[in-house]
Amino acid sequence: MTASVVTVTSGKGGVGKTTSVANIAVGLASQGQRVVCIDGDIGLRNLDVVLGLENRIVYDLVDVVEGRCRLRQAMIRDKRLPELYLIPAAQTRDKSAVSPSDMVHLCDELRQECDWILIDSPAGIERGFRNSIAAADKVLVMTNPEVSAVRDADRVIGILDAEEKGPASLIINRIKPAMVKRGDMLSVEDVLDLLAIQLIGIVPEDENVIVASNRGTPMAFDDKSRAGQAFQNIAKRLLGEEVPFLDVENQGFFQRIFSGRK
Amino acid sequence: MDFLSRLVGHKKSAGSAKERLQLVLIHDRTDLTPSALDAMKDELIEVISRYVEIDPTAVSINIAKDGRSQRLVADIPMRNTNRRRVK
Repeated sequence: MTASVVTVTSGKGGVGKTTSVANIAVGLASQGQRVVCIDGDIGLRNLDVVLGLENRIVYDLVDVVEGRCRLRQAMIRDKRLPELYLIPAAQTRDKSAVSPSDMVHLCDELRQECDWILIDSPAGIERGFRNSIAAADKVLVMTNPEVSAVRDADRVIGILDAEEKGPASLIINRIKPAMVKRGDMLSVEDVLDLLAIQLIGIVPEDENVIVASNRGTPMAFDDKSRAGQAFQNIAKRLLGEEVPFLDVENQGFFQRIFSGRK
Repeated sequence: MDFLSRLVGHKKSAGSAKERLQLVLIHDRTDLTPSALDAMKDELIEVISRYVEIDPTAVSINIAKDGRSQRLVADIPMRNTNRRRVK
């Protein structure tokens, strides 16, 4: 096994990186892949709660890097799927506890053990971001159809190009079809035209995201929600499958009714 | 209110967002401010005028987008000197 290392980053905070890492990981693992997620947000960890694994943390990323435990001991197995693991971030340390070369070494060790390593990058373009992209084979940049998120995504895409981590692929999250329709939200085409990179996913705004994080059960476990489906599709595209993009801007009346409940 | 503002033809906000982002991204990517662009234009006119006759008021220099890269596009109309009447 030689894993691909995929990092999800965005520049701006709050656009949905953690939700997307959790759901893409579940999507890949439910396709029979062996997946390890790493929370790169040291000091502000959240991937553990979104995945519902917060009560099982013993060791974290910094413990591994500083040699207090073996790599395997810090990998929490998600019992709902055969091959999904989380390496949580440390909560009481800061980003400087880990260096980009630590991340490269750690991922090199992990590569032999799994098919995918998914890294949840913190917001910003400082140390935590640098750590998160250091080992990446592929970077997914996440944005919302909104001016500050698009601007920050553009900045991050520029840095990734300069660091030879490009070309990045784009996930547009939290699209509100009704607002796009009445001309009050940037459309998928607008954002693609502005950022000019390859698209890998479009995810509609979905209340199920909050319900899912309340429960610690990512939506991709059950793909009845539109956002859950969209993340499953991203996982399939990472696996090389050609999946058509959801037509979020023209969803029908019936789809709207059925996607509203779970 | 929404209906009224539409009747009087207020611009849709997505259009403003896209236009504003187009300009902001060009400046973020190139680190070239509008005033620096103007200064460059003046200097270019000065240099070119040493060699050929041009109409400074008709010169335009713009930044055009080409995927993720930008290019400077200059349009510099020349004055036709050989059409001057001899004698």
